[in-house]
Amino acid sequence: MPTPTKGPRVGGGPAHERLILANLATSLFEHDRITTTEAKAKRLRPLAERLITFAKRGDLHARRRVLTVVRDKGVVHRLFAEIAPDMAAREGGYTRVTKIGARKGDRAPMVVIELVREPLSAKKATVKEAEGATKRAVKEADAAEAVEATEATEATDATEAAEVTEPVEADAASSAQDADAKEVPAGAVVANEDGTSPDEAYTVKGNADSGKFHEPDGQWYDQTVAEFWFKSADDAEAAGFTKAGS
Amino acid sequence: MAVPKRKTSRSNTRSRRANWKATPTTLTTCPSCGAAAQPHIACPSCGTYKGRHYAVAERTEHQA
Repeated sequence: MPTPTKGPRVGGGPAHERLILANLATSLFEHDRITTTEAKAKRLRPLAERLITFAKRGDLHARRRVLTVVRDKGVVHRLFAEIAPDMAAREGGYTRVTKIGARKGDRAPMVVIELVREPLSAKKATVKEAEGATKRAVKEADAAEAVEATEATEATDATEAAEVTEPVEADAASSAQDADAKEVPAGAVVANEDGTSPDEAYTVKGNADSGKFHEPDGQWYDQTVAEFWFKSADDAEAAGFTKAGS
Repeated sequence: MAVPKRKTSRSNTRSRRANWKATPTTLTTCPSCGAAAQPHIACPSCGTYKGRHYAVAERTEHQA
């Protein structure tokens, strides 16, 4: 017995189902983003992704295979000429389904299904760049410290003095910013009033309310309003913060 | 065709229906506008989901 198609059945029969899915795929490639029910989107997604895979292949045979589903030559041209190049770096996951709540009338769960055409992981690339910069900064700082350690003890005293004065400054800043600011943990700096980092070297967000810290590649990093910033995850852990999601 | 022999008593009907219970909808606060929103669904007041905006998700109080 052949394995049944995954997902709910749509339409009144096999031919009607094929027609509905073909029309949905055509509209999706024409408009980039369509609103439909969750059931139809779940059936459309594998079909649309397969057609995009054909489009990425780009030869005449692939074009004819796509034309058996999407009958509109203009839409197929758009798929091959405009959409496929955007998906070149992406390995699957060409579509994105976002739930938008129930439809008025029959309470059918509605979704927006859209083509993911933004460049692949632009955010991740910037995060990696930032991490590299942080690592380099730490290395340079370590090297500088090592050089100072080899010098006279007076120099070490000076660096110690600098380290001692830094938290005091941070305390002063916190009291200036917020009257009931909490005590600043070791290795942390108080965030600016809008929650941004006061120093580019401090990249890890600390949430004083939850006692958790967020690294730049973390799931909740963007939505977290930081009270404190740490230089690294180890600093945050040393200050008694736990990793978010653990 | 098989048919019930006895009328279902009011008592039986009501005790069966007494187990039909409504559950409260799970709600979270929208990170961008602070309004109540269902998890994993775009916010109905501002249309935002994971930093992306969906105008079709927006509902007025009358529509909700």
